[in-house]
Amino acid sequence: MDSVTKRYPDGTVAVDRLSLEIPDRTITVLVGPSGCGKTTTLRMINRMVEPSEGTILVDGVDVQKQPVNTLRRSMGYVIQNAGLFQHRTIADNIATVPRLLGWSKQKARARAEELMERVGLDSSLAKRYPYQLSGGQQQRVGVARALAADPPVLLMDEPFSAVDPVVRKGLQEELLRIQGELGKTIIFVTHDIDEAIRLGTKVAVMRTGGRLAQFAEPAELLSAPADAFVEDFLGEGRGVRRLSFFPSEGLDLLTEPVVADGATAEQTAAAREASGAPYLLVTDGEGKPLGWSEPGSLPGGSPEELLPYGRPFVAGQDSLRVALDCAVLSPTGWAVAVDGTGRVVGVVSQETIGEAIRGAHAAGRKADGAGRKADVAG
Amino acid sequence: MSGFFDIPSDLQHSYFGLIGLHLREALLPVLAGLVLALPLAQLCVRLRWLYPPVLWVTTVIYAIPSLAFFVVLIDYTGLSEITVMIPLTLYSLVVLVPAIVDGVRSVPQETLAAATAMGFGPVRRYVQVQLPIAVPAIIAGLRVATVSSISLVSVGTLIGNQGALGNLLADAMFYHRPELAVTSVVTTAVLAILVDALLVLVRVLLTPWMPRRTPTKPKAEQPDPAALALKDPAR
Repeated sequence: MDSVTKRYPDGTVAVDRLSLEIPDRTITVLVGPSGCGKTTTLRMINRMVEPSEGTILVDGVDVQKQPVNTLRRSMGYVIQNAGLFQHRTIADNIATVPRLLGWSKQKARARAEELMERVGLDSSLAKRYPYQLSGGQQQRVGVARALAADPPVLLMDEPFSAVDPVVRKGLQEELLRIQGELGKTIIFVTHDIDEAIRLGTKVAVMRTGGRLAQFAEPAELLSAPADAFVEDFLGEGRGVRRLSFFPSEGLDLLTEPVVADGATAEQTAAAREASGAPYLLVTDGEGKPLGWSEPGSLPGGSPEELLPYGRPFVAGQDSLRVALDCAVLSPTGWAVAVDGTGRVVGVVSQETIGEAIRGAHAAGRKADGAGRKADVAG
Repeated sequence: MSGFFDIPSDLQHSYFGLIGLHLREALLPVLAGLVLALPLAQLCVRLRWLYPPVLWVTTVIYAIPSLAFFVVLIDYTGLSEITVMIPLTLYSLVVLVPAIVDGVRSVPQETLAAATAMGFGPVRRYVQVQLPIAVPAIIAGLRVATVSSISLVSVGTLIGNQGALGNLLADAMFYHRPELAVTSVVTTAVLAILVDALLVLVRVLLTPWMPRRTPTKPKAEQPDPAALALKDPAR
C-alpha cells in the first residue's frame, strides 16, 4: 500500500484549500472547534460529500474515479453514537459490509465472531440487539462493523465523544491496541484535543473556515504551536502535557534512601547519611513500598507511623509527566519508582525530575529543527 | 336466541359469509392503500416540498362523505363492492402516508449516515434499513386504518346491500328485528378488535429488536408475545 494522499481546495466555506498527506498505517487525527470542516473533510474521502474543487487520492487513485459504493465498502466508517442498525442483531450488524460484498452467510458470521473477540465483546452478545447493549459496547460493535471487510482505511467521525470519560479512555486504549495489531490507515475526527494527542501519530489542527492551522506530531504541536489559535486551542497545561512524550528512562533514581522494613538503627542512620535525603522509603520483605519514614523516627514501627507514599510510577515505562505527578502528589515531594512487578527500584525528587525535563527540552529543541521542515502547514 | 343469527334471505349470505365479505371489503382497501402509500410516502421523504400538499389532498379526500363518492362512482363501477372499496382505499391514505413518512423520517441520522458510508445504494438503504426501522410506525398507522375501514364498510348498505355486516342494520329496520342490529354492531366490533390484535402480534413478530417493556416483577421472564399482543390495544 502506498501512502494515502488527499488534496482538495474547496470553494465553499466548509473546507478551504486543504492539503494533507496522510501517512500510511498510522492514526491521523483531524481536530478543531465545531464548524471547522473536519467532518466534511472526512466525508469527502468516502464521497459522502463531494469536493467542489481539488482531488483526493487514495493509494494514488482518485476517489472520484471509483464507483461510489465500491469505494465506500473499501473504507471502514465509525460514527458518533455508533449508528448501529437497531433492527439487526449484533452479529448481523458487524457482517453488514461482508454481506454487501456478497460473502456467504457462514463466512460473514464467522468473521463477525472473530471481530467481536478482537474488539473485546463477549460472543454471547452476537444474537442480541443494539438496544440491549451499553453505549460503550455499541461503540465497540461500531468499530467491529467498520473492520468487518478488512478495509485498509478506517474513517472515524467523533466515535467516542458520546460515551462517558472512563469508557472513552477504555475505548481509546482498545483502539490503540487494535491499531497495533492491524496497522490500518486511520483518519480520526474529534473536537477533543486531549484525545487527538493521545491517539494521533500526526494531528491536523483545523480552524473555523475549514483551514489547516497546523499538521504535526503531537509532541511538536505542544512544544511549538504554529500560531496563537493553535496555542489557544491546545489550552492550559501545554508544558505539563508535553511531558507525556518524554520517557522516565533516564531519570537519576536514588537507591540510598530506601530501607527494608525492620532495618536496624545503624542501617537507618547510614542510609540517611549516605543519601542526605530527609525522608526514607520503607519497603516490605518483597521490596514493595510501605511508606515514608519521617526524619528522626525509626523505621519498623507500625505502618500508621509512616507517611503514605502516594502513587508509584513504573520506571522506564511511564512518562516524565507521570513521574512528576507522583512527586507532586507525594507528601514528601519525592516520587517512588517501581518496576513492572511493583518492586521499588529507587526514589527521585521533584528537583531531579525538573532537571530531567530541562534536559529533555534541550534535546527536543535540537530534534525539532529537523522535524519541522518535513511538515507543511497551511 | 336463534334470531340473532337468522340472516334474512335478501342478503344471500350466511352469518359467516357476511363476516368473510366484510373482512374482504374492509381489508382489501387497506392493502391497496398501503401499496399506494408506500411509494407516495417515499416521494414525500425524498422531496420535502411534496409532503404538505400530499397531506392536504389526503385530508380533503377524507373529508368527502362516502355517499358523495358513491354517487360519482356508481356511473363507472355500478352497485358493486368496488364502489365501496375505492373510497375506503383513499380514506386509508390519510393515516398511512403520514405514518410511513414519520416512520421513515424517525430513522436516526447516524444510522442513515452509517448505511450510506457502508455502501448502501438509495434503494437498498430504503428497503433494508429505513423501512424495517419504520415498521412500528407503519403498523401503528395500519391499525388505525384497518379499524376505521372495518367500521366504514357498513355504509355500503346504501348502494344495494354492499355493506356486508352493515346490511344487517338496514334489515333490522326493514323487518323490525332489532336483534339483527345487535348482531351487526357486536360482530363488527369484535372483528375490529381481533384484527387489531393480529396486527399487534405481527408487529411483535416483525420487530424482535424493539425494547420490550420489562415487567416490574423480577420473577417474570420473557413475556409471551401473544399475551403481550392482547394487552397492547389498551395502550
